Amino acid sequence: MVKQHTISSTLSRKIPCYAITLLLLVYCTNVVAGTGKIIATAGLSQIEGSGGGGVVPWATLTGYDSRSQTFAIAYATRLSIDDFTLNSFGAALSLYDRVELSLARLDLDVKPLNTDIAQTVAGAKIRLYGDVVYSAWPQVSAGIQYKHLQDTLIASSLGVLHTSGTDWYLAATREHLGMVAGYNLLWNATIRYTDANQMGLLGFGNQQGHNRKLVGEGSAAVLLSDHLAIGIEYRQRPDNLTIGESAIRDVFVTYIPSKFFNITLAWADLGSVAGIDNQQGIYLSLGGQLW
Amino acid sequence: MVKPCLTLLLTSLLLACSAMPQQSESVYQQVGGLPGIYTITDHFISQIEQEPRILKYFKGSDVARFRTHFAQQLCVETGGPCEYQGESMEVVHEGMNISEADFNLTVELLIDAMQDAGLSYTARNKILAKLAPMRSSMLYR
Repeated sequence: MVKQHTISSTLSRKIPCYAITLLLLVYCTNVVAGTGKIIATAGLSQIEGSGGGGVVPWATLTGYDSRSQTFAIAYATRLSIDDFTLNSFGAALSLYDRVELSLARLDLDVKPLNTDIAQTVAGAKIRLYGDVVYSAWPQVSAGIQYKHLQDTLIASSLGVLHTSGTDWYLAATREHLGMVAGYNLLWNATIRYTDANQMGLLGFGNQQGHNRKLVGEGSAAVLLSDHLAIGIEYRQRPDNLTIGESAIRDVFVTYIPSKFFNITLAWADLGSVAGIDNQQGIYLSLGGQLW
Repeated sequence: MVKPCLTLLLTSLLLACSAMPQQSESVYQQVGGLPGIYTITDHFISQIEQEPRILKYFKGSDVARFRTHFAQQLCVETGGPCEYQGESMEVVHEGMNISEADFNLTVELLIDAMQDAGLSYTARNKILAKLAPMRSSMLYR
């Protein structure tokens, strides 16, 4: 247990270092920061660091980059529900409107147990087809989220065998210009192959090992102006530990004063978390452009 | 707590739908007919003139001709009683090799032009929706 903890903390110290190296590498190889794309069609990070809505990864990349540009963002999110606080911060890099790389750190404060659970998520996404606004069919992307749990005590006490795991997802996103009385309508549908308990904070699979399943996620939003969007989200989750882990639902408002900054406020219902029912609260996220 | 929020959201969506202008009024009418079309066009031209990255594509081209044809096209696409007399988008943009980044920037200039012309957010969206499908006939030709 002691040894494992040392390895984990070494790894978690190294990850920011790798991230900075990667960012510098890209920065040095001819940066053309992206300003393409219509405002409010990119720029948001979901809770695990991938480009998307509040809790759902979308087919869109985090950046406003086009085929010849790169774009980097950083974000910080806090989800305060009745018995838990989840902080998430990270950065994402999108390259040439094709690939997105992201790194996130999640920290769950479990108030009843007076303990913290930290997790690192490294994500990669590739755009397979289309453009969210312009193509005939929705934009489609595939992605992975590799999750590594730093604090394994609670997962182990539940008998979960694996403390790291990978989520795979396929997402389709479409923005219909002027569709609802002249307002733009955006929708997203994602299927995810996962066995992450509570997004991975309680480990992966169950007492027998990995146990991945397909789950569905969705988002819909209406853009009320160039700078304001309202919407809803739904994210189904597996219940490997049979402790009644249920879907996440939220309603959100996003204010996007410019392509360089955005702020999202949401009301989220997480249902049952770690066996404690009726967990609801406020989600607040800030995102900004690095270049 | 989510339910009241959902209800509120759906209600406001429904209200937005019921506030939808009658189908009979075209976008052409909403922007004030041909004078409105020309106002947008002129603002678009002055936006382009101030952006060297886009202006370079217009080197040696006839601005008056562009003005006429762009206005005709905008008029047709918004449901106005006009006829487009220019050449196809493919032919017009051939050899320009317009990058996606520059295309996107031009869309931004058009959005700014429509704002300068006093168009509402919804009218702007409707016009963009009409023009968006033409993108593939303009890029990298």
